[in-house]
Amino acid sequence: MAKKKFVVGCFDDEEVLFPAVSKVRTAGYKIHDVYTPFAVHGLDHALGLRETSLHTAGFIYGVTGTTTALSCISWIFTKDWPLNIGGKPHFALPAWIPITFELTVLFAAVGMVLTFCYISQLAPFVKKHHFHARSTDDLFVMVIECTDKTNAEDLQAFLASNGAVETDIQIAEEGWWLGRYDKDEMRFENKQIVAA
Amino acid sequence: MHLKYESQLREPLVYGDKNYHQVTEDIVRPIEAKPTKLWYVGFYIAVCLLLFGVYAIYRDVTYGIGQWNLNKTVGWGWDITNFVWWVGIGHAGTLISAILLLFRQGWRTGVNRAAEAMTIFAVMCAGQFPIWHMGRVWMAFFVFPYPNSRGPLWVNFNSPLLWDVFAIGTYFTVSLLFWYSGLLPDFATVRDRAFTKLRKRLYGIAAFGWTGSTKHWQRHESLSLVLAGLSTPLVLSVHTIVSFDFATSVIPGWHTTIFPPYFVAGAIFSGFAMVQSLMLMIRKIFSMEDYITVGHIEAMNKVIVLTGSIVGVAYLTELFMGWYSQNKYEGYTFWYSRANLFSPYGWSYWGMMACNVLSPQIFWFRKMRRNLFVTFFMSIIVNIGMWFERFVIIVTSLYRDYLPSSWSVYYSPTIWEVGFYAGTFGLFFTCFFLFAKYFPVIAIAEIKYVLKTTGEGYKDKMGHLEHVPVEVFTHSGHGHTTVENDAASHG
Repeated sequence: MAKKKFVVGCFDDEEVLFPAVSKVRTAGYKIHDVYTPFAVHGLDHALGLRETSLHTAGFIYGVTGTTTALSCISWIFTKDWPLNIGGKPHFALPAWIPITFELTVLFAAVGMVLTFCYISQLAPFVKKHHFHARSTDDLFVMVIECTDKTNAEDLQAFLASNGAVETDIQIAEEGWWLGRYDKDEMRFENKQIVAA
Repeated sequence: MHLKYESQLREPLVYGDKNYHQVTEDIVRPIEAKPTKLWYVGFYIAVCLLLFGVYAIYRDVTYGIGQWNLNKTVGWGWDITNFVWWVGIGHAGTLISAILLLFRQGWRTGVNRAAEAMTIFAVMCAGQFPIWHMGRVWMAFFVFPYPNSRGPLWVNFNSPLLWDVFAIGTYFTVSLLFWYSGLLPDFATVRDRAFTKLRKRLYGIAAFGWTGSTKHWQRHESLSLVLAGLSTPLVLSVHTIVSFDFATSVIPGWHTTIFPPYFVAGAIFSGFAMVQSLMLMIRKIFSMEDYITVGHIEAMNKVIVLTGSIVGVAYLTELFMGWYSQNKYEGYTFWYSRANLFSPYGWSYWGMMACNVLSPQIFWFRKMRRNLFVTFFMSIIVNIGMWFERFVIIVTSLYRDYLPSSWSVYYSPTIWEVGFYAGTFGLFFTCFFLFAKYFPVIAIAEIKYVLKTTGEGYKDKMGHLEHVPVEVFTHSGHGHTTVENDAASHG
């Protein structure tokens, strides 16, 4: 995980942010990410991100739950130990619907949340570089990755002309590591860090 | 910016001329400030109750549940009454967080966080009753279907009591996940403005390293929507299954097909009453009047009068069927054991009727719906009434069974049954006080999301949009152009 150079532009209004995003993208810069204090609808499209497939994963987990419940219960009550309950049929599908439903929901919900945390690299003790502390408060922080050809100062001026209230240049790690927020960056694998 | 434009006719959901930072300040301030004296007093009382409950449970385990006054026919008494009562209370939280999300009710943002917390704590309290009622609680794990050395002998998948295990377990898990995933961004907000090392560290752990990345927000939105979609049928199923505990038996008074919808309506009814009590307290103690507005209170009172009336219709339907079925056992239960004021438990039935059906009708008047004292008083009354309802259903159906020789014993609880119930209040309020002190009690990110459409300061500036043709909104693309600019050019 190498360190990279980023140009950071902070916006204080989403109405200014949207035109700025499209201008920056038209100008050919690669937007690393935009950090926002709340879900700004349409920003994912503006950034050209594809739709998430999380709900599809949820569907698959749900189907897994349904099949798990039905197959387990029917195996138990018809093959493993066919218990005689008041002379009623061993294969009592209507009576299994509640548990089947509950397991469908349980599998879907738990699976989706775990998948969400996994693909977004969210877990306790995980630390990431934060480009601006106010990005969880009231600033919309646009982060642009620099290449060899990027003139960072020009880019800063470009962002400012598009309404950024604050700009700066940061050299940062883009991944995550195990760390605490009350300490300075305590990198998990210190050796591999190479300044870009 | 948001394409959602809200009519001027609607009341603002956030009062005052706020910006995003002000929202953060208002909601996080109670976490960063020292708790008030009132908080300490409340917390102390809650912990005392909890300790008494722990002692009551300790005695239950040591001496067995024989120390309760359950008898030959009344095998379920206060314990299961309290179980159903607490589960029911939990339902309002999910209704607010999930069903109102699907219905796009903007006002849920002010109250959903605390209501969901209430759900989780209420389900925790509810779970205590069946667990300790088992008596030999060290064998509680027998309710799980796992390959064992006793055959394997499996649980009975056809039994509503086992359905309950799955329903309550799933409900608790899903509510917790839903609640916590919503808390992540807000914990990050608290973390990033924390000025003590300990707070930074703890909220850093709790926030899971949330950064607010657009991709993460996109997934987060998808996750919330699907979890809401899953929770909606889930919450209806949970109380339906609880009602099956009764409805699938052949006890007069329980064996009724009306039970599932009647229980769900009752659950939402009592849950909203509890939400009202808690919200009015939070609003007052933490000065959240700008976020939990009178409009919020009124909206919830409308739900209370609706669900209360549904419950009333259910009571009357049951009475009617008790006569119409011409089944003498049904008739005896409904018309003697319950509706006759002078029967041994007649007082509980009429207490229920007065609290649940008659008194909420005052909420047909707007003035009453918007009166905070009336609301608070009514929220307590409704919860008492809903407790009576469960007591009526359980005890009046059981105390006179088919064998008149076992009719003589009048069931009333011992101090340990009452203590156990008081203990769950202690558990509930201990959790709730800790939540109110250490967690953002209002969903910060969600308030920010609706701020520019429903905030008082922003709404006033959108008056000109009222006269703009609808086409401007429908043809403005995917939401990337500014509606207000378009509107200005059209107008």
